[in-house]
Amino acid sequence: MTEQPILQVKNMNKQFGTGCVNCLDHPEYLEKNYCPTCGTVYACRAINLEVFEGEILGIVGESGSGKSTLMQTLYFDQAVTSGEYYLDKYKSGQVNLYEAGVYQQKEVRNMLLGMVYQNPMLGLRMKFSSIANIAEKMIAANHRNVGEMTERGQELLDKVNIPIFRAKEAPQNFSGGMQQRVQIAKALSNKPPVLLLDEVTTGLDLSVQADVLDLIKTIQRDLKISMIVVSHDLSVIRMLADRTMVMYNGEVIEEGLTDQVLEDPQHAYTQQLVYSLL
Amino acid sequence: MTTRRNFAFLDENSKKEIRRTILKAIAIPGYQVPFASRELPIARGWGTGGLQVSLSLVGTEDVVKVIDQGSDESVNAVNIKKMITDTTGVTTTVHTDEATLIQSRHRVPEVPLKEGQTLILQVPIPEPLREVEPSEQKTKEMHAHADYSVSWLHLFEQIVKYGQASMHADYPVIVNNRYLMAPSPIPRFDNPKLHQNEGLILLGAGREKKIYAVPPYTNVKSIDFEDYPFERESFVGKACRLTGATDVYLDELKDEETGEAYYLINDQSYMLELLNKQEGVTG
Repeated sequence: MTEQPILQVKNMNKQFGTGCVNCLDHPEYLEKNYCPTCGTVYACRAINLEVFEGEILGIVGESGSGKSTLMQTLYFDQAVTSGEYYLDKYKSGQVNLYEAGVYQQKEVRNMLLGMVYQNPMLGLRMKFSSIANIAEKMIAANHRNVGEMTERGQELLDKVNIPIFRAKEAPQNFSGGMQQRVQIAKALSNKPPVLLLDEVTTGLDLSVQADVLDLIKTIQRDLKISMIVVSHDLSVIRMLADRTMVMYNGEVIEEGLTDQVLEDPQHAYTQQLVYSLL
Repeated sequence: MTTRRNFAFLDENSKKEIRRTILKAIAIPGYQVPFASRELPIARGWGTGGLQVSLSLVGTEDVVKVIDQGSDESVNAVNIKKMITDTTGVTTTVHTDEATLIQSRHRVPEVPLKEGQTLILQVPIPEPLREVEPSEQKTKEMHAHADYSVSWLHLFEQIVKYGQASMHADYPVIVNNRYLMAPSPIPRFDNPKLHQNEGLILLGAGREKKIYAVPPYTNVKSIDFEDYPFERESFVGKACRLTGATDVYLDELKDEETGEAYYLINDQSYMLELLNKQEGVTG
């Protein structure tokens, strides 16, 4: 018996612009992923990915390679041009979530997914208390009990090493690392089976980075949550990811076990990426 | 030379458009229907929404009452009443149960409405989500998807900070189990009066160009949490100094001689009726 993936994306495409006779069906005409005639950007091209239970999938690639766009479509921040998206936990993986209604997407987003953005401004309400930020996702999932939500919020803040006495403080008073940890606590509030992490350690100093990475690793080990981790930092990927995908100009050019990809890169771009590591 | 003004000031086409808007508002309880707010001889933001609704509905048989924060005699109430009577010749009253049209700023009268009566509330900000979301397009989408979690979040934050809801007026409600609605800045003491009310309640925002409605016998529920249920302002242990009434919305005033605080019924026509009853005066 083969194991079933809990998250599956098939042949996903995302383009910005309508395309023209020159570029549609002629990928060789493009300059990188950009059509010089009509200006259409092909941000993601025929992406396939699978994530299994408890595993961390790493996605690496340079700026503009389509990593963040891919993540945003997984969290329904952006619509795709075409493609299929299935979650094992949602109607037994029978519904293509990219084509599902807004209500269904909202439900999946609130109940089955957690997202941690690179910029905490996107994921948090900076002027609301930290505990309210965590409660927001639970309220969206129709929880209406203040006592229960406060208790769960404090439990999560404790898990991400934020002292309980600062729970009523707004994230705008916190350091970058603490803000990221509040975001992680918020993402975990509804015990989602899948966590999406978009460049979570970028912009943090080294000791704080280590802190946050340690936390992510602990969460994965204790809660058996599957994760997709996007980063351009290979050492982050090396530390966290079981499997890795390399994206370049909107395409997946290489994928495999993280050790294999990083130690024995096959594609020219991956080789350049690995050897340019300082 | 004298020019004849149209009955109820507005021209017939404007009144027809406003009445059509009102019909749509009644058909979708709690939904804000846009309308072409007309210019009036008073500035927008001074009750023009309520006034346009009143002027569009008033007929020769109507009896009109105008209140401003519980008072029939404040400058605002008197002038709006004057404008309606000067342009229509209808009779006015201070007694809630005698009126057919009641225009009010920031209060629902203490005397319950009956079938056939219409309460018109003046609204400064009709959008209950405006404070958390400045974009009209976004709030429209939120209403379309009934995505109101942010209002509960707001309430949650107040409970975390102050141990209770800190909104005293304009406390948001869910109408007919569907739309989140700003009840206009009535004290939250008045919120329960909207629920299953026998009269028709219309809300008009002139500056924001929106009309919405709570039809008779509609469910209206103030937002709350299971363990922090909605509560009205508490006047426990306080009573009106003149009438002794306790189950009404009270104003706190200061006795200039003794410096002590005392309380009076905010709804002044109701206080007058109570006093007359107590002293055996009729009429």
